This record gives sequence, structure tokens and C-alpha cells, in this order.
Amino acid sequence: MIIGIPAEIHPGEKRIAASPEMIEKLIAAGFEVIVESGAGAGASFTDDAFREVGAAISKDPGGAWSADLILKVRPPERNTELDRHESEMMNKGSCLISFIYPAQNKELLLQLANKNRTVLAMDSIPRISRAQKLDALSSMANIAGYRAVIEASNLFGRFFSGQITAAGKVPPAKVLVIGAGVAGLAAIGTAKSLGAIVRAFDTRPEVKDQIQSMDAEFLELDFEEDGTGEGGYAKIMSKEFIEAEMALFAEQARDVDVIITTALIPGKPAPKLITNAMVLSMKDGSVIVDLAAEQGGNCECTVPGKIATKYGVNIVGYTDLPSRLAAQSSQLYATNLYNLIMELCPEKDGKIKIDMEDEVVRGATVVHKGEVTWPPPVVAVGAERKPSFSGQIVKPDEEEQEKIQSEPSWFMKLMTGAWLPLIVAGLALFGLGQVAPPSFMGHFTVFVLSCFIGYMVIWNVTPSLHTPLMSVTNAISSIIILGALTQISSSDNLIFILAAIAVFITCINIVGGFSVTQRMLQMFRG
Amino acid sequence: MSPSLITVSYLASAALFILALGGLSNNDTARRGNMFGIVGMIIALLITIGAFVSGNYTVLVFIMVVGGLIGFVLSRRVQMTQMPELVAILHSLVGLAAVLIGFANFMDPSISYTGVEKTIHEIEVYIGICIGALTFTGSVVAYGKLSGMIGGQPMMLPARHWLNLAMFIAVVVIAVKFVGAEHEQALLLLLAMTVIALLFGIHMVAAIGGADMPVVISMLNSYSGWAAAATGFMLSNDLLIVTGALVGSSGAILSYIMCRAMNRHFISVIAGGFGTSSGSSAGAAIEGEVQTIDPQALAQLLNKAKEVMVVPGYGMATAQAQHAIADITKTLIKKGVNVRFGIHPVAGRMPGHMNVLLAEAKVPYDIVFEMDEINDDFPDVDVSIVVGANDTVNPLAQEDAESPIAGMPVLEVWKGNTTVVLKRGMAAGYAGVDNPLFVKENTRMLFGDARDSLEALAQAL
Repeated sequence: MIIGIPAEIHPGEKRIAASPEMIEKLIAAGFEVIVESGAGAGASFTDDAFREVGAAISKDPGGAWSADLILKVRPPERNTELDRHESEMMNKGSCLISFIYPAQNKELLLQLANKNRTVLAMDSIPRISRAQKLDALSSMANIAGYRAVIEASNLFGRFFSGQITAAGKVPPAKVLVIGAGVAGLAAIGTAKSLGAIVRAFDTRPEVKDQIQSMDAEFLELDFEEDGTGEGGYAKIMSKEFIEAEMALFAEQARDVDVIITTALIPGKPAPKLITNAMVLSMKDGSVIVDLAAEQGGNCECTVPGKIATKYGVNIVGYTDLPSRLAAQSSQLYATNLYNLIMELCPEKDGKIKIDMEDEVVRGATVVHKGEVTWPPPVVAVGAERKPSFSGQIVKPDEEEQEKIQSEPSWFMKLMTGAWLPLIVAGLALFGLGQVAPPSFMGHFTVFVLSCFIGYMVIWNVTPSLHTPLMSVTNAISSIIILGALTQISSSDNLIFILAAIAVFITCINIVGGFSVTQRMLQMFRG
Repeated sequence: MSPSLITVSYLASAALFILALGGLSNNDTARRGNMFGIVGMIIALLITIGAFVSGNYTVLVFIMVVGGLIGFVLSRRVQMTQMPELVAILHSLVGLAAVLIGFANFMDPSISYTGVEKTIHEIEVYIGICIGALTFTGSVVAYGKLSGMIGGQPMMLPARHWLNLAMFIAVVVIAVKFVGAEHEQALLLLLAMTVIALLFGIHMVAAIGGADMPVVISMLNSYSGWAAAATGFMLSNDLLIVTGALVGSSGAILSYIMCRAMNRHFISVIAGGFGTSSGSSAGAAIEGEVQTIDPQALAQLLNKAKEVMVVPGYGMATAQAQHAIADITKTLIKKGVNVRFGIHPVAGRMPGHMNVLLAEAKVPYDIVFEMDEINDDFPDVDVSIVVGANDTVNPLAQEDAESPIAGMPVLEVWKGNTTVVLKRGMAAGYAGVDNPLFVKENTRMLFGDARDSLEALAQAL
């Protein structure tokens, strides 16, 4: 099977849907690869680099487009130079893998859906843990988050890290990240490693741990509402929540130097979180990077694709941040593509097979043999799904759980009530005082005091010495041998035998216990 | 020998035992503490033999020497990984001795009391034998579980709480009949109670899951102390009472510490709660993809790392991997990597088990830390190596309130950069709970025998 990699024609697009390492692996898996000349230039992959790993280079786009399987980054569009739509250049029965965004590009979908073609959309891969290695959206979001901080630091006129120099003290920059998805977390990590003070906000409370694990401060609203929607994405919040949220942003805007917004809700325009008034309240020279610019922007001042300057604040609305880090994003995207192709070609025999029973392949396939197959049927497991970070967790029946919990409870309640042991102990002591002879009370006093001594002495023992402590107490408890010794001289044979056995086994214990303790402590000397 | 001299000697022994336990609470004084214990024991033995033994010297010396030799050989031969088994079987000996001494004392015609004193003495004998018997069988079952002769799964008899209650009531009822009974009949009652106590010991430990073994061991330790104390009451011997109480309370405290480390209630451990839900009802089933790694790749990872945390568990003990891990630690430290060990309080099968193994392999103990000391440092750790630990690194304890291990403090390895788990297979840990750590995005599994894997890793480094 031949795989074709055409050059991207979208203005400003520098990525390529391949990397030399990935092509090498594809060829090892039995595929042939044709790359359009100059396709990797934007990502610093030369034609020679592709040739070296065994790819053929075609001078014109037609060579790559006529392959059986075409790999692309951007959805197909009209090639103004050739005056032909890219989709028309595909052969009958061929297959295309690229970003498609079927929800926004319904017309394109219809255009592709003929001539027995098959189209897999990288953006439609279900976000389940098994498909993480195919998840190009995460790969790109990670890059966008990183690049957003780099863009911000480029425009920001000061250090990100605090410094104390001979020429005076520099305070660290304060960065606010709104939305802690993959991009947000990447931005937090990057800003943190540049030395900034990072705060982050998200409507989904479960990402708090993730934010704190990146050493950023999680801004909390004094408000109970869970913003987790389907599939771990965010959902639209109530009016009261949004008011509280906006108050928090207004307060933060006055304080921070950089705001990076990444708030998106699937299938909805980006929520407007940073108002004109908030931008006005920011210090001159501050920077806002709006990663939601393509969906309309989280900031009222955002101009998609451009840097806008308003009230002395630079607002970055670039929609092509991954393309601005073309080598990195091409490499990651190529690996995602390779992993997907390996899902389609488990035999590594150079042929792909679209298995519509497979949940991942089914989700990604938007056109199958000329038929539009988007949107895919809803898969039932969605309800319990956690965000793609952790494994999927299936809860057992509630009934079963109740059984587990209720079984020991009556017993526990009886035994754990703090008052019960106290009353019993009090009554027992009283009863004892009534009947016991003085000689017994003497022993009893010794006993109780010894318990307390044991408690005092043991309480602070170093945990590493628990084992030696136990073996030494074991040896010491062999003091019971005294009982046997007082009986061993008995003339009664039975008593003598019992005592002799007791002496014998306690002797094993005494010597064994002390000696093994000694041996262990010898090792602890280090 | 004058009674006062005996008393003074016993007092000295008791004081030395207290100093021994006190010394054992700290690394610097531990060896001196052990010496105190030995001296105390020798004084007690010599005085008792001198004061009370009036015949049968040959037999006495013979059995003491043979017993001592057996103990010595045992203590030298035992592998450090088998310490829990050894301690368990030694406990059983104390229990058995308490039973034998109790019977011998009961049958001794020279001991006669009257009135209340007689009643009290009979109760003392009764209690001493009871505790001794259940310590004996309990320890034997614990030994069987630890050495793998008996399966580690808890034995769940139907209505086991009722069964325990019934046995307890039976013991009390027999006690009431026993007090004041004719000698012949009393002996029979005593034997009946002993059988019940023996069964109770078996049932009690059999119902406790393998993961609770540290608690069981320290609990049996405590029981052997109480058995000694009860014998002390029976013989009106203060030294036995003091020592028994010391050992009893120290074992109880250790059990308490272990329970706290597992966030479990002492009573529910004794009543057999952990792992009740093993099998189908084991809480959450985990789905997700496991990512594997080979020793060469792990070596590369470690070469790049600055902060490495090793989290050993029982798997390290079974695979005898402590020497391999010590070699790797040395190599990495030479390369300037900051290697530390994070020890969960209940890692292994007895309190402090991991520390003993690491000390044996000469891992310097200033890099061995307790869970509480290092748990906050995981976000800064580049690579965590989990060697045969499972339940002690299970994020479900924090994430899933329904899990049988919910609320148990765990080492938060998943907060580190990369976690590598060495494990034989995907089996659940002793608690019978699956572990979502294995399918986390930043977790890599290295399957195989831990020692083989680590030796391959040492080669690759």
C-alpha cells in the first residue's frame, strides 16, 4: 500500500503530517511512502532526510495525492495554484487521515463522501484511555499551551522569574491560566519553569489536584457546582456561578501580568471571560494570550489570528500556535498518525483495514466507503468516564457495596463505642476491689504500672526498628521459663515432663530471639 | 537463698528489660538495649535455678543447651526475608509454654490455697492457659500463612462473628463451672477450654487477610506478653508480671501503630474485615492500557534522572531483590543521582520488615525514609521505582471511597514524573483490590521476577 504525504497549502501552515522517523517505521511495517517535494521545509525536514529513510519524493502534489492512503494536517481545501479542490485529487477508493472538524465542515464531508473513499478524522478519535497515544488534539494542545507562554514572554517587557541583582530587585511575573485542560496544564508547566508565579482556575473541581501537582495555585470559588460535563470536558455553568467567576477574574486581572485563557466548551462558542473593563484594569504592558481565539475568543478584545493592542495590553489571538512550533508538532502528530495506522494494520503487512466494530476506529471514521458515518453512535460507557488522565473506573453494583459495608457494622458499633470499654473497666476494677485479697492487689498494681511503662517506652520507637523490637520482646517474653523452672524439680513425672518441654521450647526462644536481634542490629549499624 | 535477694535480682532483671525496650527505640542505643535484655535474662535464669531447682539438674542442663543451640542455629540460618515467619513461630513457643506451665501448675499438689485466694488462683491458671493456647495456634496459623503453607486469603466462615461470640461464651461458662469444681472434673473442664481456645486461635488468624499480617504479628506478640503476665499472676511472680505487661503493651501499641498506618480499626482487623470483599466484590475493576518498559530503557531513564525514589514492598522480599536494588542505588549515587527509599509503615509482612531487608543489603539508612517524611516530595521525583509493592501505592485508597482500602494512607508515587512498577504479573495485591496506578499515563510496567529485572537493570547501568 502506498502512503502519500502532500505539502500543506493553507496559508502560514508549516506543519507536515510526517517525520523521517515515522516514515522509517511505516516502511518497516510494509508500506511505501511518497512525500511531496518541500513538504517538510516548514518543519525543517528536508527532502533528503525523507529520501534517506526510503521515501520517494514527488515533484508535484499529484504524486502524493494519488496514493492509497493520504496523511494530512489541515482538512482538504481549494488549491488556488492548481485551481482544484484537494478532495478532487484523491483516487477512487483511497483513504484520507487528517484533521477534519466534521461539525464545522459539513460541506467538505459531503464533498469527500463519494468514489468509495474513506476518511478518518484525527479530531474525532474518542478520548478514552486506550486511544491516548492517538490523541492528536492533546499533542497539539500541549504545544499550544507551551507556545502561548513563549509568545507572552516575548511580548512581556520583563523577566518571568524574580531576581535580586546588583541593579535592583525584580519581582516575578504573575501568570493566570484559565482552563486547565491539556493546553492549560502545559502553559502552567512552562510558565512555572520560566519562574513565574502561576495561578490557575477551572470549573471542574477534579483538576485541582492536577493544578497543584504542577505547583500552581488553584483559585477556588466559594461556590458549590461541578463543571464536569460529558467525557471529562467542561459544561456551561449556572448564572450565579458565572457571576462569582467573573468577580474572581476582575479581581485577578488587576493583579496579574499575563493571562492565558484556554476555556472551551465542546460544540459551543468560547465563553467570554475577560471583558473590556478587565483589560482596562490590567497594568500597561500586560499580555493576554487567547487560545480560544479560533472559537471566538475568551477575551472581548481578541482579534483572531492577530495581536491586538488595547488599553496598553497586548492580546494575542493567534490560531496557529502549533504551526509556530512546526518541527515539534509535526513530530508528535506524525507519531499519533503512526499509532493510528498501526491500529488499522495490526499485522504490519502494509495493508490497512477499517474495523467498524472497534470503538476507536469507528469514532474516527467520518466517511466510510463513500458514506458519511458521522456522527458515530453514542457509546454507552460515557456516563462513568473520568477525564482521560486516569484509567476508566467501573463501579460494582450498589447492592453489593452495601453488603460489604453493612456486614461488620453491628459488631463494630458495639465494640468501638468509646464509653463501653471505660464502663466495663470501671466496673471490673470496682468488683476486683471488693473481693481480691491484698497480695493479689500488690501484683495487680505492678501489672498496671508496667503496662504504662511499656506504653511510655515503646511509643516513640523508630519505625525502622519495629522488627528488632518485636524479636527482642519475644525473647524477653520467654521469661515465662521461670514458671517451668520452679516446677522442673517436681517428683511428679507428668509435671516434670510438662515443665521440661516448656523449658526446652522457651530456651529455643530465648537464644533465638536475642541472637536474631543481635544479627539484625549488626546490619543496622550500616 | 534469701527471699530478699531473689526479689532484688528480679527487680534488677525487670529494670534491665525496661532499659532493653527503651534502648530498642533508637538506632544508636539499640544494640546496647539488646545487651541489657540478655543480661537481665541471665540474671533471672541463674537466680531462679539457684533458688527453686532442687533436682533433675542433668536433664535441665541438657534440654537448656539443646534448646539454646536450636535457637542459635535457627537465628543464624534464617533469611532476613523470612523474619516474619521466624517471629511468628517463636511467638507460638511462648504460647505453648504458657499452656504447659499452666497445666503443670494446676496439677501440682504442693500448691494449695483456700477461700478467695483459691478462686483467684484458679482464674489466673484458667486465663493463662486460655491466652497461651490461642497465642499458640494463632501463631502457628500465622506462620503457615507467611511461609505460604496456608493460602493468604482470609477464611470467611458464615456467621463467623457469632461463632467467635459462641466460643467466648463457652469459655466464660466453663470458667464459672471450673471455679470450685472437684480436681478431676476441673481438669476435664480445663482441657475442654484449652481445646476451644486452640480452635479460637486458629479461627481468629485464619480469618485475617494477608495484608493485615503486620497487625497480626504484633498482636500475637502482645498476646505472648499477656500470657506471660497471666502466668506471673498464677505464680505470684512479679518479674513475670512486669515483663509480660511490658511485652503485652508494646505489642498492643505496635498493633495500634500498624492499624493507624492502614487507617483501619483494630477491632475490625481482629474480627477479620480486610479482604472480606476479595473476589467478585473487590471494589473497582480497572480498565486501561498498560505500558511496559524493558531494563535497558529504564536504565536510560535513570541515567537522565536527578531524583529517584525506590518504593519497596513484599515483592522485594519474596524475590530477595534487596541486594540488587542496593547495587543499583550505589551506582546511581555515584552518578550524582539523589536516590531515596520511601517505606510504607505496613510494607511487607511485619512491622519494619523492609528496613531490615534494606539494612541487610547495606543500604545506608539516612536515605531510607518513612512515608510521612517523603510523601510530599513525589511531585519533584523524576523516576519512582516500585519494587513489588501494590496496595501501599494504590491511588484508589484516595480516589474511590467505596474501595476496601479507602482512606488508607498510601505513597503518592503517581504524582512523580514517571513511575516504574516491577511486578510479576497483573495480579491484585494482598487486599484483593485492583490498582489503577498500573494504567496511569506516566506509569511503566516492568514485568518479571524483581531480582532478575533489577540485575538486568544493574547490568544496563
